[in-house]
Amino acid sequence: MTFELFVQHLVNGISLGSLYALIAIGYTMVYGIIRLINFAHGDIITLAAYFVFFGVGLFAMPWWLAAILSIILTAITGIIIEKAAYKPLRSKNAPRISLLISAIGVSFFIENVSTVVFGGRPKSFYSPEIFKGVIKAGGISIPNLSVIIPIVTAVLLIALVYLVNKTVTGMSMRACSNDMDTAKLMGIDVDRVISLTFCIGSALAAIGGIMWGLKYPQIHPLIGVMPGLKCFIAAVVGGIGNIPGAVVGGMLLGLGEILLVAFLPGLSGYRDAFAFIILILILLFRPTGILGEKIAEKV
Amino acid sequence: MRQNKTLKIIGVILLLGLFIYYAQNNLDSYKIRILNLCAINIILTLSLNLTNGFCGMFSLGTAGFMAIGAYTSAILTMPPEVKQMNFFMSPMNQHLMNLNAPFIVALIMAGLLAALVGFLIGAPVLKLKGDYLAIATLGFGEIIGVVFTNTQTITNGALGLKGIPQYTNLYWGFSLAVLTILSLMTLLNSSYGRAFKAIREDETAAQAMGINLFYHKSLAFAISAFLAGVGGALMANLLSTIDPTMFKFTYTYQILLMVVLGGMGSITGSIMSATIMTIMMEALRAVESTIDLGFVTIPGIPGMRMVIFSIILIAVVLFLKNGIMGENELTFETLEKAIQRFQSKKGRENHEPTRG
Repeated sequence: MTFELFVQHLVNGISLGSLYALIAIGYTMVYGIIRLINFAHGDIITLAAYFVFFGVGLFAMPWWLAAILSIILTAITGIIIEKAAYKPLRSKNAPRISLLISAIGVSFFIENVSTVVFGGRPKSFYSPEIFKGVIKAGGISIPNLSVIIPIVTAVLLIALVYLVNKTVTGMSMRACSNDMDTAKLMGIDVDRVISLTFCIGSALAAIGGIMWGLKYPQIHPLIGVMPGLKCFIAAVVGGIGNIPGAVVGGMLLGLGEILLVAFLPGLSGYRDAFAFIILILILLFRPTGILGEKIAEKV
Repeated sequence: MRQNKTLKIIGVILLLGLFIYYAQNNLDSYKIRILNLCAINIILTLSLNLTNGFCGMFSLGTAGFMAIGAYTSAILTMPPEVKQMNFFMSPMNQHLMNLNAPFIVALIMAGLLAALVGFLIGAPVLKLKGDYLAIATLGFGEIIGVVFTNTQTITNGALGLKGIPQYTNLYWGFSLAVLTILSLMTLLNSSYGRAFKAIREDETAAQAMGINLFYHKSLAFAISAFLAGVGGALMANLLSTIDPTMFKFTYTYQILLMVVLGGMGSITGSIMSATIMTIMMEALRAVESTIDLGFVTIPGIPGMRMVIFSIILIAVVLFLKNGIMGENELTFETLEKAIQRFQSKKGRENHEPTRG
């Protein structure tokens, strides 16, 4: 393998990894606060991509407007999911398994509704000119998108870390994550914090979903399932409940996947299995993840 | 008393047998197929209920184990000529090509292979709890799909297998379902069953009482995998066509719905919900076809069935927390009591007017 080719794979890996990281943050935030795998997170990705598709295709919106509307709509969807499917169970003090089944039900529901409403046939995702170019440097050619995705992730990550660590809202989020009952006693509106968490997580997933659509411009109703599962794994690998951990996990998974295919092309069919093998290994040898809970603050 | 119960069970089985005999000979093939699916879904629901309901391990690997069973049975029962026709892209592994076995052997092999894989997977994964276990087993199911898509010389990859002999009939389906029910009832009434339930309630306490966690959990997981494998094998020999996409997580979700609806930890609940849901799944096809009411025509919406299912799943968890049966069983005693209550109520109603 030449050096140029290696760099190219590396850039691809980083771009995929930052996409995973963005989606994994949503998982990790929700898990940090209500200790629930939000199975519907992956389907939020699907919805975001379809909202943009219909905004541009059906309502002839400019691309950026469709993207912003899609992010707002998915954030609202996230809040509705929480209010409709998780909150009633939480207030009844139902066992965690019930919450998990409810989450699976919501995910199943969104998948089926998307199939009915959007149609099962794959659709091609509109991609504006700015994302189409290719940067050439030496023998290396990198698509613009592979540079844009990590930058977007980095900006959002910095904003999020600031929000969590420096603002009052962030403080109440951290308090809820530590001990919800005590937070309630201290006068924190726990329901508002949870809604906000779902809102932020879903918005990040929406941004991830739109970029996923730009990167792989074929969308279908189950497009979010695999990224959803893999990003959950990324969150666990990094240490669930931990935002920097989600980024580390996402990067590891993205780079690992791309480099596995690059170095062992014979195994490229097993690309989707890679993440699950990593998951089982991590859970066996370091169940708290790479950046375990004690090192960094969890949200 | 015990003798009495045994007699009653034999009576119920005989009645079921008569019904099956009648159904196999008189009903049309569509209805027979639905009944077959009922039997298969009963086996699968019990398989998932054993781990999720009785042992408290939230596993989502059913579809993966089904796939193993289905492919094992398909490869064992297909005659070499049919295999030759299937593998036109690249030839099949020569050892598997000439492999052929009667259906009963294929079924047992399907179950055993699934159980073996279940044990191998379970050994490392069963340390996990709750949602981690759910994701790990779900992931395992997906890996099986990926592996079967890539092993061209064994499974014919994404093309799937066609022309699997249709050995599954009502006799096979229901005798295996009854066998499953009886053996699970025996198992759960034994010390093993009590150990499973103890683990479900509190692992630490169970361990403190001297229950070997690893042994019992892997045992439950392997038995569950065995049953899922047999269910998959019956499915393959019923549908006669299989491919890796059939055994996706959506199938596991359907079985999960049946378990939750019937009640996590109730055998009779699972039997009821599996039967009801399977029949409903077919009845709801009406929603997907155009309905003509004479004055107005409602266009059919394809895919609507599954939407209704997912709504049922959410609704059951939100409003009917324990499903139909909770952890209770429908026994002869509860039935008799219910009948007595019903009769005495009826009697009172009849007497009431004369009293006034």
